[in-house]
Amino acid sequence: MSASEPTTEIIEADILVIGGGTGGPMAAIKAKEANPALRVVLMEKANVKRSGAISMGMDGLNNAVVPGYATPEQYVKEITIANDGVVHQKAVMAYATGSFPMIQYLDKLGVKFEKDGAGEYNMRKVHHLGTYVLPMPEGHNVKKVLYRQLRRLQVAVTNRYMATRLLKSRDGAISGAIGVNTRTSEFLVVRAKSVILACGAAGRLGLPASGYMFGTYENAANCGDGYAMAYHAGAELANLECYQINPLIKDYNGPSCAYVTGPFGGYTANNKGERFIECDYWSGQMMLEFWRELQSGAGPVFLKLDHLAEETISEIETILHTNERPSRGRFHEKRGNDYRRRPVEMHISEIGFCSGHSASGVWVDENARTTIPGLYAVGDMASVPHNYMLGAFVNGGIAGADAASYCEGVDLPDFDAGFLKAERERVLAPTRRDDGLTPHEMEFKTRRMVNDYLEPPKVTAKMEIGQRRFAEIREDLNQLCARDPHELHRALELQSILDCADMAAAASLYRTESRWGFYHLRVDHPETNDDEWFCHTMLFKDEAGRMAHRKREIAPYVVDVAADEMAAYHQLRVKTAQAAE
Amino acid sequence: MPIITESKSAAVVIDDAKCIAEKGCTVCVEVCPLDILAIDEGRKKAYMKYDECWYCMPCEADCPTGAVKVNIPYLLR
Ligand SMILES: Cc1cc2nc3c(=O)[nH]c(=O)nc-3n(C[C@H](O)[C@H](O)[C@H](O)COP(=O)(O)OP(=O)(O)OC[C@H]3O[C@@H](n4cnc5c(N)ncnc54)[C@H](O)[C@@H]3O)c2cc1C
Ligand code: SF4
Ligand code: SF4
Repeated sequence: MSASEPTTEIIEADILVIGGGTGGPMAAIKAKEANPALRVVLMEKANVKRSGAISMGMDGLNNAVVPGYATPEQYVKEITIANDGVVHQKAVMAYATGSFPMIQYLDKLGVKFEKDGAGEYNMRKVHHLGTYVLPMPEGHNVKKVLYRQLRRLQVAVTNRYMATRLLKSRDGAISGAIGVNTRTSEFLVVRAKSVILACGAAGRLGLPASGYMFGTYENAANCGDGYAMAYHAGAELANLECYQINPLIKDYNGPSCAYVTGPFGGYTANNKGERFIECDYWSGQMMLEFWRELQSGAGPVFLKLDHLAEETISEIETILHTNERPSRGRFHEKRGNDYRRRPVEMHISEIGFCSGHSASGVWVDENARTTIPGLYAVGDMASVPHNYMLGAFVNGGIAGADAASYCEGVDLPDFDAGFLKAERERVLAPTRRDDGLTPHEMEFKTRRMVNDYLEPPKVTAKMEIGQRRFAEIREDLNQLCARDPHELHRALELQSILDCADMAAAASLYRTESRWGFYHLRVDHPETNDDEWFCHTMLFKDEAGRMAHRKREIAPYVVDVAADEMAAYHQLRVKTAQAAE
Repeated sequence: MPIITESKSAAVVIDDAKCIAEKGCTVCVEVCPLDILAIDEGRKKAYMKYDECWYCMPCEADCPTGAVKVNIPYLLR
């Protein structure tokens, strides 16, 4: 590969969106709708047609705020409670009020939601308190619908370019990003007035037990690049110690989605077939009860459906096996798993960052703005909690519209040519070696250490050892070797993963209390300490280039939550285990 | 340190008789979110080049001739 040096092309745009999965396309669409004259570039590591978490479609909306079923106020309250009060309510409210208009917009574009005979949305109750789930049994065309709209609005799509670093102007505003082609290693620099990050979760942090590098849950292209780019550009990241940990199907390592089956009568059960949590909706408290059940010897834990009627089971099968993760049905087939006869064993996933299901991410306000002028973040990598697919769409839309008006007030900013040169060298360094360590082994080792030292229950002494191991791996980066563009792209991903591992450890050590159930269960600080830690924790790169922290006050609530209501998610354990019907 | 390679069984299988890559088709290669499929330049057929699959299945869903089959690999079974 070192035979000919990869070229660098520089293009100009008004808005650059990075990540063409869910929130990214919607940001591009809403920016164009706000001002069709804007030049909007969508940079995607894979191919926008099938990229991101919703590659194959989606089973349903997990957080739809539909009039008649829930009000934005009720939703904001539920999400506040589910997150132990540490939320920026205005951002949750911005999502909640944008939720129904976005459903109607998607409906108009051709996304299919479940409706009853009268044509009304068929809402289901899954959350602890309110009704927010809207099934999408025919939800496989979401990407097609988005793609059609991108073409209609003439958004410029650049597939197979992985963004590696953000560009900033002399006065500290965002001014574009550097991308590397995953097949040729050629560079594409997009200068822009505004950048919207939509790079998804950090789904390659912990290591699955399967022996494969990639799990079957999160799209493995989402390896934490967005978090790493925001960090290196100087943006603040919020509450990263609030990990994502999910209940998955054991071995398959993909979604088990007990909460999808909940409205049909399915539930999570222990080895006696008994229900032990009142609500299958994912939260740190729910995961804590799940973990305790495994620890207590009452595990394994199962997804139980065998008590249901045949027609109900076939309906569940159609939803779970044809849409979002069709390989799930194939897994069951090989195992001889039949929902009718036997419950399916579940397990606890490895750790990651993801606000889609949990709460951490690049800090954004109610306009999806980060702490850097002109830089936005949306979807799983932005700090709005429990945002799921609809949240990625709504906040993508908010960011697109806000960025469109931001662009009107600014000229194309300058960028630092010296920085670009240095970044080229960093990117290409692994191609300058003929021998050394492969991206695979360096990634494997990093993620094995993540499992060994960062998983909850979090132990201070272990996390400190983890930090030492990550530092050693960082020193080994000067041996990292990539023999072709594909390996180079994995080598760059590894470096994002290592950044995220460092951030996970540092953030977890900073918050010296326990909060969010299992997500931040600190053995050395087992109590929740509202006096000191009822705040957001912000992680950022300081002037000297070190990882630093500060507390951010929680802005006054826009929806009041009474003290007794706040504890609702702490009472998820079934009082006396009830026998299976 | 010199680099060695190891062999593994491919979970994504392409039926050569059905694959029309020789006519210019690259659909499965284009849609794969992890870029792990490729066209074998000698045989002019698609194949799984890297063992880095997410088991998401657009390759199978979008192949115009139904040549792709995504199997659950041994270690996940
Ligand atoms: C298996 C699964 C099941 C789910 N089920 C549901 C459900 O039933 N209901 C629901 O509401 N939500 C569900 N979710 C959550 C929902 O899908 C996500 O919250 C949402 O799609 C996230 O959108 P996003 O835009 O943040 O990320 P994504 O849609 O994942 O998009 C991120 C994009 O960024 C690209 N990218 C990453 N790094 C770079 C880079 N460096 N340069 C360029 N591009 C990059 C990726 O290739 C990807 O296309 C599920 C998620 C998963 C994984
Ligand atoms: S999509 Fe099907 S026909 Fe086309 S290259 Fe792939 S396997 Fe061959
Ligand atoms: S299943 Fe998904 S990741 Fe695997 S080869 Fe097909 S498209 Fe690529």
